[in-house]
Amino acid sequence: MITEQSNIIEPKTSEIIIESSFGKKIKKSTRIKEKLIKYFFAVNGVMALVFIILIFIFLFKEGFNALEHIGLLDFIYLDQVQADGSVQRVYEWYPTSAEARYSLIPLILGTLLTSIPATIISTIFGVAAGIYLSEVTNPKLKEFLKPMIELFAGIPTVVLGFIMLVIGASFFNDLLNPENRLNAFIASLGLSFVIIPIIASLTEDALHSIPNDLRMASYGLGATKWQTIRHVILPAAFSGVSASIILGFGRAIGETMIVLMASGNAANITTNIFSSIRTMTATIAAEMGEVSQGSDHYYALFFIGIVLFTITFFLNLIAEIIINKMRKKNTF
Amino acid sequence: MEILKQKHKDIQGIVFINLTRLLFLVLVIVLFLLLGKIVIEGSGILSLEFIFDSPRNNMTEGGIGPAIFGTIAVTFIMVLLAVPLGVFSAIYLNEYAKDTFFTRVIRTSINNLAGVPSIVFGLFGLGFFILFIGRNIDDVLATGLLFGQPALLWASATLAVLVLPIVIVSTLEALNSVPKTHRDASYGLGATKWQTIKHVVLPQARPGILTGTILAISRGAGETAPILFLGAAFFLPNLPVVDLCIGDYCIPMINPTEQFMYLAYHIFILATQSANPTKTLPIQYGSTLVLIALTFLLNITAILFRYRFRKILGRL
Repeated sequence: MITEQSNIIEPKTSEIIIESSFGKKIKKSTRIKEKLIKYFFAVNGVMALVFIILIFIFLFKEGFNALEHIGLLDFIYLDQVQADGSVQRVYEWYPTSAEARYSLIPLILGTLLTSIPATIISTIFGVAAGIYLSEVTNPKLKEFLKPMIELFAGIPTVVLGFIMLVIGASFFNDLLNPENRLNAFIASLGLSFVIIPIIASLTEDALHSIPNDLRMASYGLGATKWQTIRHVILPAAFSGVSASIILGFGRAIGETMIVLMASGNAANITTNIFSSIRTMTATIAAEMGEVSQGSDHYYALFFIGIVLFTITFFLNLIAEIIINKMRKKNTF
Repeated sequence: MEILKQKHKDIQGIVFINLTRLLFLVLVIVLFLLLGKIVIEGSGILSLEFIFDSPRNNMTEGGIGPAIFGTIAVTFIMVLLAVPLGVFSAIYLNEYAKDTFFTRVIRTSINNLAGVPSIVFGLFGLGFFILFIGRNIDDVLATGLLFGQPALLWASATLAVLVLPIVIVSTLEALNSVPKTHRDASYGLGATKWQTIKHVVLPQARPGILTGTILAISRGAGETAPILFLGAAFFLPNLPVVDLCIGDYCIPMINPTEQFMYLAYHIFILATQSANPTKTLPIQYGSTLVLIALTFLLNITAILFRYRFRKILGRL
């Protein structure tokens, strides 16, 4: 409450200085200068918003051409006329063949087949690590372990892709004998390294923001540490933890280098996690360099970009709304 | 008393609490095993020649000098573009803007910008910087096809947009932690808003801004996906350098219109597209070790900086 009050008072004091009789003594030139400086910062201040809008505009500017040339239904399936005159419905991504096929179904399946397992693995490890950091370990150790989590969050994704490609793939090839050496499972393990730190540190933040009174009240009622965590802390922090999982899922969908290097890059329609797949991100990354500007294929890749941008944008928005609601609720 | 104690023997609790310990331990062990493997394999090839030499003999020999140079050049220009913009933006949000619907929209878009997939930034860089801005500059200046193609400048600009949220959020945190009483004291002495920001707020927030800058460099140096089609090259015989001559004095300068080699891209390309991936494996491990060492060094510096910064502010 005290901080709230000072928040309300602060802008008033600054306004009084300018508008009071003392303020009149400020030279006109100074006042104009102050105004100009304010506008200068305001122009810079809206930059994040400007760039979001620009990304939106320029993705759609290029990607919408795809709808003119290719058509929305062709992004789902193509009715292929066979040699005997019969029509077969195909769901394939073959943009370079003579009869180009632009179905996004295999790419979306591939994206889900890497990002969902990665999110499940990361939720188990990330939430456990968050609980461990916030509730189990002692504060001194935490002061050392939390920066370490941040450090691992900073490992470049190309390094993780490389690790999965040269170390992980061989290791699991011997262990599980999968259908393809590079497969969705390898890629989702690589993705987990990116998402676990995100979920762990956001979960830790959410648990840490629960007031200590709740813990003390629970202990006072005779609950054990685990009972407190399970029946008091986790339910209270539920929205924060779920927001962290949504953010992690968004990262998993948008991650490029790991899936590009470790998923095998074959646009199969499959639900087998041990076979090669190809994600939306990897498709853009692999094909954008070779495509000629202004071709249907080029616009189709931008269209994939629109799909990716829209999905991650809404996931982020949902997470943000959940976190904001949590903040309001937690100001007891 | 005995009964109470019996009830408090919470088997489930012991299992689950130790499970969180175990899972955390597994994570740490796996990470250290993988990093250890890279350090062991990579340190064999590591030498001064490796760091400064050019790749030779179809990339199977030599070093990664040009890739390191390219990484430094790109992140340098990126910092020049992103840090002023991010810091000014944060100053506006924290010092000038009131809490209105509009500023909440800006804050939301900062978070959303941070969540945009990096490959989408690549598409944006291609569509906006190269095809829109670059081509229009070429038209206006009649330079032929100089700016309207993948180049170092556009890669830096795209990465600058990518790291902008990092700079803004760090600066916001730093500005926010400067006590209100200091501002009030400054106003009380008759200082204007800008004088207060310049002489009271910013000097105290400097370590926080520096932390954000270091984190931005580390993030930018590790990104690969956005620069894939923004001018990163497999191999270049020459560094992207141009001599800027004023009269007789010539200074070598980064040439922002050239293509460039990039350390993160170098790892990717050697591991997946080179003619003989097994033969270049030591170079791949070496490059990976250099990149990891670089990002860890930057991140540790940033963490220590922030730690000390928080301690100092805690004392106030």
